[in-house]
Amino acid sequence: MKEFVLVATAVILSLAAAGAIVRIAIGPSLLDRVLASDVLLAILGAALAIDMAMNKHLNNLMLLVALAVIGFIGSVTVARFVAERREQSNES
Amino acid sequence: MNPDATGVDAVIDAVTAVFLVVGALMSLGAAIGLLRFPDLMSRMHAATKPQVLGLFLMLAAIGLQMRTWWVWPVLLVAWIFQLLTAPVSAHMVGRSAYRTKHGHREMLTKDELEAVVQRAAAGQEPETER
Repeated sequence: MKEFVLVATAVILSLAAAGAIVRIAIGPSLLDRVLASDVLLAILGAALAIDMAMNKHLNNLMLLVALAVIGFIGSVTVARFVAERREQSNES
Repeated sequence: MNPDATGVDAVIDAVTAVFLVVGALMSLGAAIGLLRFPDLMSRMHAATKPQVLGLFLMLAAIGLQMRTWWVWPVLLVAWIFQLLTAPVSAHMVGRSAYRTKHGHREMLTKDELEAVVQRAAAGQEPETER
């Protein structure tokens, strides 16, 4: 049971991370890449949570909260940046 | 896993396994949505799945496996924090996507923000570029 769950989640999360990385690579705009990197961060958090649940420890819990903070700050900062860049280029 | 594994332990392990696999499938669904959806707004719809429901399933699996009561408030705080930050960042990304003309306007059935933006632009600056 435990091995099956580990192998299944590892395969699923690897495929998901590969898809997110492909979208980061081919994303037509900057916001697509930001969104895909946010998804990649969520996949990393899921992997950390699976490690905690399977090995029965809580070492990564603060890291999970820190991942949420990093994703939030990164998305908001880049979104503000894109808006200001585009408005300036439209005005000029 | 425990030496004194009873029926309850087997049930809890099975529920944990289901939660972990379904939570991982949320990530896979987000990746498939990122690859297949046509524009940024629909990709944002897909990207929310592992951030909220996937994280909830993972944290519930942790709480089920730890078998103590004091972990549940900590896990709840982690989940609520994600619930507070995910809509704000999604709002910022969607706002700048609308302002910078991402996405396909012809795919929208109704654009209620357009009238508001027009009115705000007309009210603040009467004869500028808009």
